[in-house]
Amino acid sequence: MTFKLTDYLPYDFANRRHIGPSPSEIGEMLKVVGAASLDDLIAETIPASIRQKTPLDWGKALSEQEALYRMRKVAERNKPVTSLIGQGYYGTVTPPVIQRNILENPAWYTAYTPYQPEIAQGRLEALLNFQTMISDLTGLDVANASLLDEATAGAEAMTMSQRVAKSKATAFFVDENCHQQTIAVVRTRAEPLGIEVLVGSVASLDAAKVFAAIFQYPGTFGVIEDFVPAIAALHASNAVAVIAADPLALTLLKSPGAMGADIAVGSTQRFGVPMGFGGPHAAYLATRDAYKRAMPGRIVGVSIDARGNRAYRLSLQTREQHIRREKATSNVCTAQALLAVMASMYAVFHGPEGLKAIAQRIHRKTVRLVRGLEAQGFAVEPKEFFDTVTVSVGALQSVILHEAVENGVNLRKVGSDRVGFSVDERTRRGTIESVWRAFGRTEPDNDLHHEYRLPKALLREDEYLTHPIFHMNRAESEMTRYMRRLADRDLALDRAMIPLGSCTMKLNATSEMIPVTWPEFSHVHPFAPEDQVEGYGEVIADLSAKLCQVTGYDAISMQPNSGAQGEYAGLLTIRAYQKAHGQGHRDVCLIPVSAHGTNPASAQMAGLEVLIVASRDNGDIDLDDFRTKAEAHSARLAACMITYPSTHGVFEETVTEVCAITHQHGGQVYIDGANMNAMVGLVQPGAIGGDVSHLNLHKTFCIPHGGGGPGMGPIGVKAHLAPFLPGAGSGAVSAAPFGSPSLLPISWAYCLMMGGAGLTQATRVAILNANYIARRLDAAFPVLYKNKNGRVAHECILDTRPLLTLAGVSVDDIAKRLMDCGFHAPTMSWPVAGTLMVEPTESETKAEIDRFCTAMLAIREEARDIEEGRVDRDNNPLKNAPHTVEDLVGVWDRPYSREQACFPPGAFRVDKYWAPVNRIDNAFGDRNLICTCPPLEDYAKAAE
Amino acid sequence: MKFTEEHEWLLREGDLVIVGITEHAANELGDLVFVELPEIDTAVVKDDHVVTIESVKAASDILAPLDGKIVEVNEAVVSNPAMVSEDAQGNGWFFKMTVSDWAAYDELLDEAEYLDLIA
Repeated sequence: MTFKLTDYLPYDFANRRHIGPSPSEIGEMLKVVGAASLDDLIAETIPASIRQKTPLDWGKALSEQEALYRMRKVAERNKPVTSLIGQGYYGTVTPPVIQRNILENPAWYTAYTPYQPEIAQGRLEALLNFQTMISDLTGLDVANASLLDEATAGAEAMTMSQRVAKSKATAFFVDENCHQQTIAVVRTRAEPLGIEVLVGSVASLDAAKVFAAIFQYPGTFGVIEDFVPAIAALHASNAVAVIAADPLALTLLKSPGAMGADIAVGSTQRFGVPMGFGGPHAAYLATRDAYKRAMPGRIVGVSIDARGNRAYRLSLQTREQHIRREKATSNVCTAQALLAVMASMYAVFHGPEGLKAIAQRIHRKTVRLVRGLEAQGFAVEPKEFFDTVTVSVGALQSVILHEAVENGVNLRKVGSDRVGFSVDERTRRGTIESVWRAFGRTEPDNDLHHEYRLPKALLREDEYLTHPIFHMNRAESEMTRYMRRLADRDLALDRAMIPLGSCTMKLNATSEMIPVTWPEFSHVHPFAPEDQVEGYGEVIADLSAKLCQVTGYDAISMQPNSGAQGEYAGLLTIRAYQKAHGQGHRDVCLIPVSAHGTNPASAQMAGLEVLIVASRDNGDIDLDDFRTKAEAHSARLAACMITYPSTHGVFEETVTEVCAITHQHGGQVYIDGANMNAMVGLVQPGAIGGDVSHLNLHKTFCIPHGGGGPGMGPIGVKAHLAPFLPGAGSGAVSAAPFGSPSLLPISWAYCLMMGGAGLTQATRVAILNANYIARRLDAAFPVLYKNKNGRVAHECILDTRPLLTLAGVSVDDIAKRLMDCGFHAPTMSWPVAGTLMVEPTESETKAEIDRFCTAMLAIREEARDIEEGRVDRDNNPLKNAPHTVEDLVGVWDRPYSREQACFPPGAFRVDKYWAPVNRIDNAFGDRNLICTCPPLEDYAKAAE
Repeated sequence: MKFTEEHEWLLREGDLVIVGITEHAANELGDLVFVELPEIDTAVVKDDHVVTIESVKAASDILAPLDGKIVEVNEAVVSNPAMVSEDAQGNGWFFKMTVSDWAAYDELLDEAEYLDLIA
């Protein structure tokens, strides 16, 4: 008998695992869309003139096992040195129960931003816990549910202060004891806005000359100052006081609120989120009630559902850029939801006494370390500290730093004659002895003397984390069940397709996620010496090279932490380039009316005047209007920002002309990469006229959405702009040099396992899936925009507006009814009000897409029942959606059956997803704003 | 009653005008959740941003319809923004102001012209 290999390739990641439809299903779907082959479909979709000429290629695609082996080899190039560098980044212990059940759990990491609150109650509760924790620790009334990092939070606090301060001064004071990355990012943000940044000692503050000031608490070198006099002076001048505070120190020290601060910012990294070479971690911003409407970022609030039961939702969304555009409080969009959830769970698990004990032990170890050095004759500053000190070492500096590394510890270089360190939760007796050895002390650490060197006048006296949620999950059995209960309330990619247009909710493969929690990637300090991070260096260099090949650009900056921050960084790069070429006066940015709301918000932050360009009826940019405006502002034209394929989901034929007109008038072209999933391997933004683009690695390159972050928005630029990238020719936009690098192994693994051909095939199938949905649903919900061949790109806009006229059925009703079918709604009312934008991605199978189409077609029929008078206009399955178990067991007085209510076509019977609450009252929540955990009796009521 | 193209109404009351948004605008905005009014004694120039209103879905800036000075504001709509949605052209008024130039007032739209505008 001879043995013959079959054609079956069980380890072909691209075609068997990542791409949903099988080859035979692709054949069936092509028949439905009326194309002879995928090649034909792509030819009818993308204009030939802009197609990429050479195929993407970086050698053979790796299998999952091969990729993990390669990742392991790379990880080993990062040296496991304990970093006591501090400066905003500290060793921390991620409780294993949180690592496995949150960080490594797709129910949490594959969720989307909770814009559909009825199917996001679990993570909304976790984020409300985060806000409560921050509000308690900072002693301020309201906190948001995370910002990108502490440095950008400081910059956000600056612009927020300017909005609320009565003082008309134009300068912002920065305490010289702030972390240097915070000072750098504040400077970057201030410059285009015309804000003067004054850096100095607290004693040098002249309150009358500033609209606000920011202080670091404790300071970057360990000093703990009483800011009460400075804050009083600021308030006397109608200026605002901001404190950047370490939340762990706040378990022992007087809160910013108690000192009179108006705003507090900081990082929750050391609440169980590994350093990860700089990120991702959740920053926070808290303020007084009076300033809540000026806050940036997302805020979770408490409202009620249609039954009057407590329910959570995102509050005050009108502050945000998708509504206010260039008038928004900030361009912050993607934040750090997953990391905020982790930090909140760390507090839920440890409780206030646990957190306090962690802080006390850190302080005690710091004291022991300091006493040893003092015994050795070194002068240590300051006299009172929490976890950070510096040591005067004179000419010994380089020797001590070197000896420390030899003993496995990184210390901080301070000036030319000092060495600093910050003790953390991971510091052990052996660590203390290693530090001592670097200073020439060889004694063992057996100092049992209990001594506190915290400033007595600034000790915290009030209680915090008093809410029961921080007291009832001490036992791991309860903790596991709490996280499970919350996850079960939510609908994430591990349950169903999330067909959100422009959000690209594709597969986040497990093999891509595995290296994220390897210690070689997670326990690395962002300012660790270069020779210790060669593994990261290799990931960044190789991924950058691949992304250059994908985009047609020449250089990549990994610094931006979100798409919106990428836009901002790209515009700053353009401005720096123009300034260097004597064109600094250019300050007009053309943006089509259909642009994503972050575009105008980012342009405004970059100091550009936004001019809106009209769209034609078919959704394309109005070329005449574009030309007229470019000509009228020729001398001032800095840039245009366009999205490609357009936000209407079409490959516009005119894109090269738009780029040419912009260049002709001396402007630079920013191509928003939000829709890159329609282009990879087929079209390069750098080849069709783009000068800069950001890539949403959390969309196109598989970093999971995490329920609203983390994200990565690296920017690619043409060679002429490369010298002006953030951190080079233009200022820093993020705290860490490479943004959130611990996410990069995800995108890198994806590229390695897909190969150039696999990535290209993924794009082709993404386009097929979208055209398949467009074709199946066109008769029920007309597809609003198609190209001249009747094709859409990777997404399509379904016109649901006729149902409003005919049956009174709104786009909200359809979205909520889809929950009954076990789906997350498509993008609602964007870019066209009253419509749905659907993006299936390549990862969804034909079966799942068919389930979605079945659900949508059934919804159309339910609307027809209303339209033709068979069903009441106000009391019907659409208006009452989503249906809950409460509906099922309550008095049933509705003119349709329980069966129809709960098991519409598309819904699973055994594995039915039940929305935990009925439809949420948005107006109630905004009128009665509550942003911290409600009292326990409400929880008991909810449990009944 | 007079109207602006920005969907404000003005009603003369002696030396003052009362200003609010029209029923049409209130319907378009949906349930209002927040109203921020100007401080009394603020001198305003036409098109100055004087009031911010927010519904669940939209935020709008209300501009001064004429030159003058704010002399009274309707605190009731701040504590209960729903009043604007329910009675936009009555109890849901925003502020009263003095008018520097009554000729400018006379030039505003009358009711028929406004109804034409929104038809």
